[in-house]
Parts: sequence; structure tokens; C-alpha cells
Amino acid sequence: MTLGVRFAVNVSPKPGILDPQGRAVEGSLGHLGIAGVSAVRVGRRVELTVEAADETAARAVVERLAAELLSNPLIEAYEIEVLGAASSTDSERAPSDGGAGAGARAGAGAGAGA
Amino acid sequence: MTVRIGVVVFPGSNRDIDAVNALEVAGAEPVILWHEQASLDGVAAVLIPGGFAYGDYLRAGVIARFSPVMRSVAAFADDGGLVLGICNGFQVLTEAHLLPGALLRNRGLRFVSREVEIAAERLDTPFTHLLGERRALRMPVAHGEGAFHADAATLDELEANGQVLFRYVHDDGSRAGGEDDRANPNGSLRAIAGVLNAAGNVAGLMPHPETAVEAVLGSDDGLGIIASFVASAAERERAGGRAAVAVGAR
Repeated sequence: MTLGVRFAVNVSPKPGILDPQGRAVEGSLGHLGIAGVSAVRVGRRVELTVEAADETAARAVVERLAAELLSNPLIEAYEIEVLGAASSTDSERAPSDGGAGAGARAGAGAGAGA
Repeated sequence: MTVRIGVVVFPGSNRDIDAVNALEVAGAEPVILWHEQASLDGVAAVLIPGGFAYGDYLRAGVIARFSPVMRSVAAFADDGGLVLGICNGFQVLTEAHLLPGALLRNRGLRFVSREVEIAAERLDTPFTHLLGERRALRMPVAHGEGAFHADAATLDELEANGQVLFRYVHDDGSRAGGEDDRANPNGSLRAIAGVLNAAGNVAGLMPHPETAVEAVLGSDDGLGIIASFVASAAERERAGGRAAVAVGAR
């Protein structure tokens, strides 16, 4: 019996890394007539469902994905949030179709360009 | 015998044909290596061309890192094999941790597509030994994420180890300034346009030497880089080093 847990991984530029997108957003604030907003940093949020024996095991998978794929540790930091038990409305695709798996493409077509 | 050099093709590569042409101009036989293949087909060296591998989703180069061909390229590089990454290929090599640093969004936020000038900081590497002298080399850039970044300690270490291979320069060869200097097209720290790994067998740069190999293309200043790479691959092959026909499991 496995458990589906919904996570969010919030990836943001590390302190000290120049964030030109944040700077551009900040630069636009004058056009909105907004004052008093500073230190805008633009990051990325990735939500995903993990099927595992328990929440600890699921979290370990997310930790690995966050560190190896979803963020570049040289320039980005990440935080993991547990959103709760997965539900069928979390994604446009049913969890059973494997569509979220990065490994889904492996295997087929080896050597096609040789 | 003509030296065979692999050109890796990912979904979204778009400078692969330019790379093939440049290798032919330099006298090599290009061999296309598809991203799904684990075998490097016994090539003497590997070139990773520009483009938008896997759509540059998530971060430029990161998804390509996990492809079967890149696992073999990493093993080839660890074994001393020569690998050159250009533009998106450079991004792939940094994401694969085969080269130091990271390439951030251009500081001006714009995609930059124009000619720039770079100079080799070292003339004694497999990628630059035929350049002859340090001078400004004119060639195009075309990228949105090319600002070289590493922390200050890493930058100092790269300088001390001679791993800064190319810098953006003015046409008199003097080093470009920061993001406000047009000669530095993307705001790269210390005007770094290309780096070398510590072992000296893997290099990457953002500008495109492979599209500046014939006068008809507007410049042939890039040919010295491609020719150095080809000559070094031939040399290494004569010395007995070449890619295993099959590395790892498919």
C-alpha cells in the first residue's frame, strides 16, 4: 500500500546572486504608481505528487529531485512544502499515467541518429 | 585517416549543422551522436553544439544532463577525452558539473544575438594551441542565459589554475568591463566567455566559433579554436586514447 503525497518545491535565487528578472519587476513598479516595494526576487515553484510507502520516504525522493534537478545548488536555494494527501484534481493528468516522471522517455529510440 | 568527432544532438539542438560544417572545414569527419544513444561510436572527441536542448525547460542544459549520451560523455571526459561545449553545449557541461560555474540570465534580460570579440587567455590548451597569438577574435553570440557566474572564491581559483580560457574583449584585445560595457554582452563576471576544467580536457564557451570558420560567414576567427580541437583529438587518437564503443548500458 502506497501513499500519494503532494509537495511543492520553491526554488529561488540565492542571496547575493543577481536576479535580473526581479530587477525588471522592481523597475516596473513605478509604472503602477506603487512605492515602498524592494528586494524583489523571482523564483520558481514546482508542485508534484510522490507515491511512496510513507511521507518520510516520499520526502526523501523530493529532496533528491530538488537538489539534483529542480535547483542548481551553485545559484539557487530551495524549500520543500508538504501540501497534503494527493487528490485527483492536482494535475491535468491522472497520477497513474506516469506523465510526470522524468524517466519516462528513457530507453526508446537508442541509436536512431547513428 | 580523418579523425572522427562526435556532435551530440538533443531535441532542440539547432547549431549542430554549423558544428558539422566547422569540423569538416577543419578536416575532421563529424559523427552525429543522438541523445538517446549511450554509445559514443568510438569518436576521438565530442562537441556539444548550441541550441535549446529539451526546450531549455527548467534551466538551460539541466535536462540534457540526464540523457543517455551525456552519461557516456561524462565517463569519456573523466577518462581524459576531449569535450568542447558551445553556447547551449557550455550550459549543458556546467549543469553536468563537467565545467565549473553556472550561466545565468543575461543581466540586460535580453536575448543577445550579434558579433562580439573574445580573446584566449591561454594558448597552450587543446582548444587554443593553434591560435598562435593572443588577439581579439570576432564571432557571434546568440543566447539569453550566458552570464557566467561563480562565487568569488571559485573565480579566484579559476584564475589561479589557468581555467579562464576566453574573455570578452574590446577590439584592441583589452578586457571588457562589466554589464555596462557593450563588449561584455551578457554581464559575465570578470568578462569570462569560456572556461576549462581542472584537468584541461573539457572546455566551454558562449560565443560561436563554429559559425565563424569561413570568410563567407563574415569571420573565420573561430577556425583556430575548432582546428586546435580537431588537431588535439587527432593527436590523442594517435596516442591511443579514444571513446569506448559502448559505455554503460543502454
